[in-house]
Amino acid sequence: MNTATNPPGADLPEHPDFLWRNPEPRKNYDVVIVGGGGHGLATAHYLVKNHGITNVAVLEKGWLAGGNMARNTTLIRSNYLWDESAAIYEHSLKLWEGLEDDLGYPILFSQRGVLNLAHTEQDIRDSVRRVEANKLNGIDAEWLGPEEVKRICPIVNISADIRYPVQGATYQPRAGIAKHDYVAWGFARRVDEAGVDLIQDCEVTGFTVDGDRVTGVRTTRGDLGCGTVALCAAGHTSVLLDRLGVRTPLQSHPLQALVSELLEPVHPTIVMSNAVHVYVSQAHKGELVMGAGVDSYNGYGQRGAFHIIERQMAAAVELFPVFARAHLLRSWAGIVDVTPDASPIVGHTPYENVFVNAGWGTGGFKATPGIGWCYAHTIAHGEPHPYVKPFSLDRFTTGALVDEHGAAAVAH
Amino acid sequence: MSRVHGYGRIDRGRMLTFTFDGRTYTGHPGDTLASALLANGVHLVGSSVNLGRPHGISAAWTEDATALVQIEKPFPEPMLQATTVELVDGLVAHGVNGQGRLADTADPARYDRKHTHTDTLVIGAGPAGLLAALAAARAGEDVVLVDDRPVAGGSLTGTEVIDGRPALGFVADVVAELARLGVRHLQRTTAFGQYDDGFVLALERRTDHLGADAPAHRSRQRVHRIRALKVVVATGAQERPIVFEDNDRPGVMLASAARDYLHRYGVLAGREVVVFTSDDAAYAAALDLAGAGARVTVLDVRDTLPREWAARAAEAGVPVHPSTTVTGTEGEERVRAVLAHGVDGSVRLPADLLLVSGGWNPVVHLFSHVRGALAYDPELGSFRPSGSLPGVIVIGAANGTLDLAGVLREGGGPDAPEAGPEPARTPTKVVWRTDGDPGRQFVDIQRDATVADIGRAVGAGLRSVEHVKRYTTIGTAHDQGKTSGVLASGITAELLGARIEDLGTTTFRPPYTPVAFAALAGRARGSLFDPERTTPLHDWHVEAGAVFEDVGQWKRARYYPEPGEDMDAAVLRECAAARSGVGILDGSTLGKIDVQGPDAAVFLDRLYTNMMSTLKVGRVRYGVMCGNDGMVLDDGTVLRIDENRYLVTTTTGGAATVLDWMEEWLQTEWPELRVHLTSVTEQWSVFPVVGPRSRDVVGEVFPELDVSADAFPFMSWRDTTLDGVPVRVARISFSGELAYEVNVNSWYAPALWERLLAAGERYGITPYGTETMHVLRAEKGYPIIGQDTDGTVTPQDLGMSWAVSKKKEDFVGKRSFSRPENHNPLRKQFVSLLPIDGRTKLPEGSQIVELCENGSLPEPPVPMLGHVTSSYLSAELGRPFALALVKNGRARIGDLVHVPVNGALVQAQIGDTVLIDPEGARRDG
Amino acid sequence: MQLIHCPWCGPREEVEFHYGGQAEITYPERPAELSDQDWAEYVFYRDNPKGPFAERWSHSAGCRRWFNALRDTHTYRFLGTAKPGEPLPNTQRNTEVRV
Repeated sequence: MNTATNPPGADLPEHPDFLWRNPEPRKNYDVVIVGGGGHGLATAHYLVKNHGITNVAVLEKGWLAGGNMARNTTLIRSNYLWDESAAIYEHSLKLWEGLEDDLGYPILFSQRGVLNLAHTEQDIRDSVRRVEANKLNGIDAEWLGPEEVKRICPIVNISADIRYPVQGATYQPRAGIAKHDYVAWGFARRVDEAGVDLIQDCEVTGFTVDGDRVTGVRTTRGDLGCGTVALCAAGHTSVLLDRLGVRTPLQSHPLQALVSELLEPVHPTIVMSNAVHVYVSQAHKGELVMGAGVDSYNGYGQRGAFHIIERQMAAAVELFPVFARAHLLRSWAGIVDVTPDASPIVGHTPYENVFVNAGWGTGGFKATPGIGWCYAHTIAHGEPHPYVKPFSLDRFTTGALVDEHGAAAVAH
Repeated sequence: MSRVHGYGRIDRGRMLTFTFDGRTYTGHPGDTLASALLANGVHLVGSSVNLGRPHGISAAWTEDATALVQIEKPFPEPMLQATTVELVDGLVAHGVNGQGRLADTADPARYDRKHTHTDTLVIGAGPAGLLAALAAARAGEDVVLVDDRPVAGGSLTGTEVIDGRPALGFVADVVAELARLGVRHLQRTTAFGQYDDGFVLALERRTDHLGADAPAHRSRQRVHRIRALKVVVATGAQERPIVFEDNDRPGVMLASAARDYLHRYGVLAGREVVVFTSDDAAYAAALDLAGAGARVTVLDVRDTLPREWAARAAEAGVPVHPSTTVTGTEGEERVRAVLAHGVDGSVRLPADLLLVSGGWNPVVHLFSHVRGALAYDPELGSFRPSGSLPGVIVIGAANGTLDLAGVLREGGGPDAPEAGPEPARTPTKVVWRTDGDPGRQFVDIQRDATVADIGRAVGAGLRSVEHVKRYTTIGTAHDQGKTSGVLASGITAELLGARIEDLGTTTFRPPYTPVAFAALAGRARGSLFDPERTTPLHDWHVEAGAVFEDVGQWKRARYYPEPGEDMDAAVLRECAAARSGVGILDGSTLGKIDVQGPDAAVFLDRLYTNMMSTLKVGRVRYGVMCGNDGMVLDDGTVLRIDENRYLVTTTTGGAATVLDWMEEWLQTEWPELRVHLTSVTEQWSVFPVVGPRSRDVVGEVFPELDVSADAFPFMSWRDTTLDGVPVRVARISFSGELAYEVNVNSWYAPALWERLLAAGERYGITPYGTETMHVLRAEKGYPIIGQDTDGTVTPQDLGMSWAVSKKKEDFVGKRSFSRPENHNPLRKQFVSLLPIDGRTKLPEGSQIVELCENGSLPEPPVPMLGHVTSSYLSAELGRPFALALVKNGRARIGDLVHVPVNGALVQAQIGDTVLIDPEGARRDG
Repeated sequence: MQLIHCPWCGPREEVEFHYGGQAEITYPERPAELSDQDWAEYVFYRDNPKGPFAERWSHSAGCRRWFNALRDTHTYRFLGTAKPGEPLPNTQRNTEVRV
């Protein structure tokens, strides 16, 4: 790549001349994946690649990868506290590290590291706890003091004159960002080549049920017969499961993000702060990409309240004074489905041939290849992959939660 | 110079000097950077992001897509449109090639926000908006009028006639009347987002245009948060270009922009002008420029020319060619010639300015922000509001009404003034692009995205405009597709053979124009980012040299170092004082809730795991509260004040949560209970006086109080007075030592604190901070909720089964205790951990592991037993110690485990949590 | 950023309110007699419809009182609010023009 004469934005690789067919749905599929986002596409990919299952339809009610896949802030990391979370996210991160070759698509995975800032004594305890757990789980992690934070990201304000001064940070060097559309389209192109039907503008309106099996999927583009149904509908999972009479403890909330204009490189890594509620990276073309916490109320509207954005801007300028005259160019919202313990729900449903994959909250993007791999395994074997076993629905009954809300849990 | 006399509203009597791309130029007050550059003959402003193609000035206001500049002075600001930067003396700027640059120092300017409530908000002070504001104000409504330009009048150039007068005179009269009627009228104020229920955010630019004259105290920008019963959107329309080969060249400009440059700024943007149009409006530009001395040729796509305009053109000697399209341009850094194709074949027309007009796009952003439905209007060739929204009215060009008479009617209603005669309109011919090399036909000029790119996207299988946008990056640049959005939809539809109305357009999202982060942050910086809560003794702590820590929003004194002491030394000294003499803590941040009512006892029984109804008046009980999931939520002491009244204390950080929790249960689940809850955290200040000599101190200060162990037993409270001021003293100990918690109305806190210090002086009374408090409690195995627990810990895990009532049939969380996971033998339990070397202070947060048989650490993933929750040096024990949560910990007391610390493995022994005075002998002194 | 009609205070800014999730989840009469599954449903399971949703809200920065609301989770618009125990207003009457 030629970076000498042009700014980085000039060097974004072009998309290929062909991405996917737009087939008419067939009558029957071995596997019908409901939801053509990152998870649905990745699941199709690993069904093909790892299990040789190609008679697959991916149904998307709107445009492919147009939900959270198109709206997230593309942060990829695996520095989660609990063993169960660390296992699946680290599995995912390892797949990310080989994904560009696997897909033959320039997904621009850039491992620039993530700093999770600590601002209070309790933040420090939680951070050290997570770093030590990460290390023992074989995940790269370090605890850094404020000066070291400044060395990695010189624009962070570590002075004492901010409301919650930076006391240090955890650092995962292998964390990074990728281009979300490129990732989705890379998966889509691969599975389309393998004969998987990607069917857009195809909303699932109901299911045909025979006892504890679902025999057909009713859609706005006709009825389909199915061997297995794999739900991958993120924020709309509840709407689908309601049609099957299955209850889950999912709640859908708006999650907002925003970008600035294109700027010369100032921010070499990713910075997250729970206490000050913001996270920031600078994307490939130079725009600052930011997100905050989820909006409080349930919502399916793909927009959020502006006071959340204002708070985010205040946090950004507090931590990064040089951002003062960067401009908010565009803000938007995705719909995240969250569970009581902030961990996903993956595995069986009361229907023998229907599987669920939902509840990823703010973690969905980074989990994409990892969950695609494990969900494909689950579908192919009819039994949850070991990495997703802890995320069964019955944990809410037994109490065996994987509580990422707890200490050291960081959103996104 | 391109400045022409007799035109423009600039102040020619004053000269401003500015620097662009390293060269110094002059301009006048009233100029924008763009108009001043054009006046100096500068058309080349920057270069494109991908291809490095030269870019110029393509419009005269926010619709400009090419003239992006970096401001360097007075203060660096990235990516502003030269067309909207008002010229000031000393301005230094340069063109950008795709990326802006942030300052490397903090912004010295201030930003703020203002809340406004009004009956009617009118957005846009063009003819429609002015009249709408006037009508509302005359009807007695409270009115706010905002407009993004420096002056009112919108797109009026000054050549129009309204009410028989020159339009600008009319505008001045309306503005004056609005002022008389008390309308709050803000120019340079951009409404950038509309939300539900008439909520509009508008950014006012307050100082930049004043340059060095800006008052130092004035905020640079202000976000107005306006709540209006009725919002009138009168945001006008933006001219739409037509795409042709090499349409990105400097010197290609919207026709209306050239008119603007002439009439606002007295700038003739070119001398050899070709006007390429499919709409009538460009004729006015052609004639105006011809009148100012340019040689103008009009190329009209349409086969039928607008008769009256054509006649006027002929009269002015402006040739008009029907059925003619522009197919390309020549030139390097500025248009040199226009290539066109008409009925007589292809022609090459020398030109230094090519004006383009493909019709108009209503500015519907603010309507769309609140989910106002848009529909494609084939006559307009654009999207306009369809359907209605409660409380929102769209008028004028924003509504797709393009003739001045119609605009005035929509603004002013039946009493609207009359517009001067206008030529009859000939329908716009909707043309997205002309013939040519699609690889050089730019749809989104900022992104270098071409018709060929759309073609590739469609060929790749993409059918949705959202996909095409992402494939081509059209509409994602600085202007967010203001000019390119509709074009992209139109061209995509053409290439797909679909209808544009079926494809739709991409969603409009706030902000309408970019807004600086700092403006949105407003004053929420530093100490105003989040409220700082301090106790009445804060000044004393500062004076005493305390080091503070943030606990929630509170600033708490952490320790009081004496000269030469670090934290460890100070805390060891403070701990020793409390254990051997007397110490005193400002515990005022402790959460306190006054619970009153005949059902107070029942209420607390339902919320606490233990029994509160059996607590006797005058006594104190420690209590634990759980969530529905059975996990510990908070803890604290409960004082029974009388039969129907309790004082509940909470952790400092948990106070608000617990009050909310109680209110929620009370109001939503048990409304029949007669209980009232009041936060009294800030009303009561609390000073624990701790240590073997605490009785002496407290007894001396409160002579009326019998402080003997018999008369005033542990876990009881007494009221007394000091100089007539009521004081409540409680025998509560968070350290295991004899202790008295002295509570007083916060008003008297400093005075009482001083009295206690004075009385304690001869015992060496030592103020201590939160760190010492933590050590003292940890030595006794008292957990801190939120430090030793994390939302996954039950009272049983903490070893507090004694605080869980077996008698009560139910309380919040009880049912969860019997879930299978709660009986998992591998649950983590609260224990102590003593490093075997007697020296290592285990870092808090450290993980605890078991080694392999051969003494090595297993390969990852290494099974973890738990983690260190608290860790301190103990003056009393003469060694470091820790508290931890360990799997099956209580059954493993005595076991040796390992803790990885900085690459080494530190051996530690699991023990009981109570490390000092397990018999509790010290609490009575 | 809408105005929420507090049944006690009247219309107030959205930022003054706290969301409390689904309404009418009553505490079980005898939790001890519930199965683990039924208890889990009480503690963790809530409806999550796309469309009208009966919810609880609290005017946390105002009168601090809880109330019930019917709100459309797709448009976010409140269709009505009521004091606890009182019926939510007729939603037809309060339905805004949907576009």
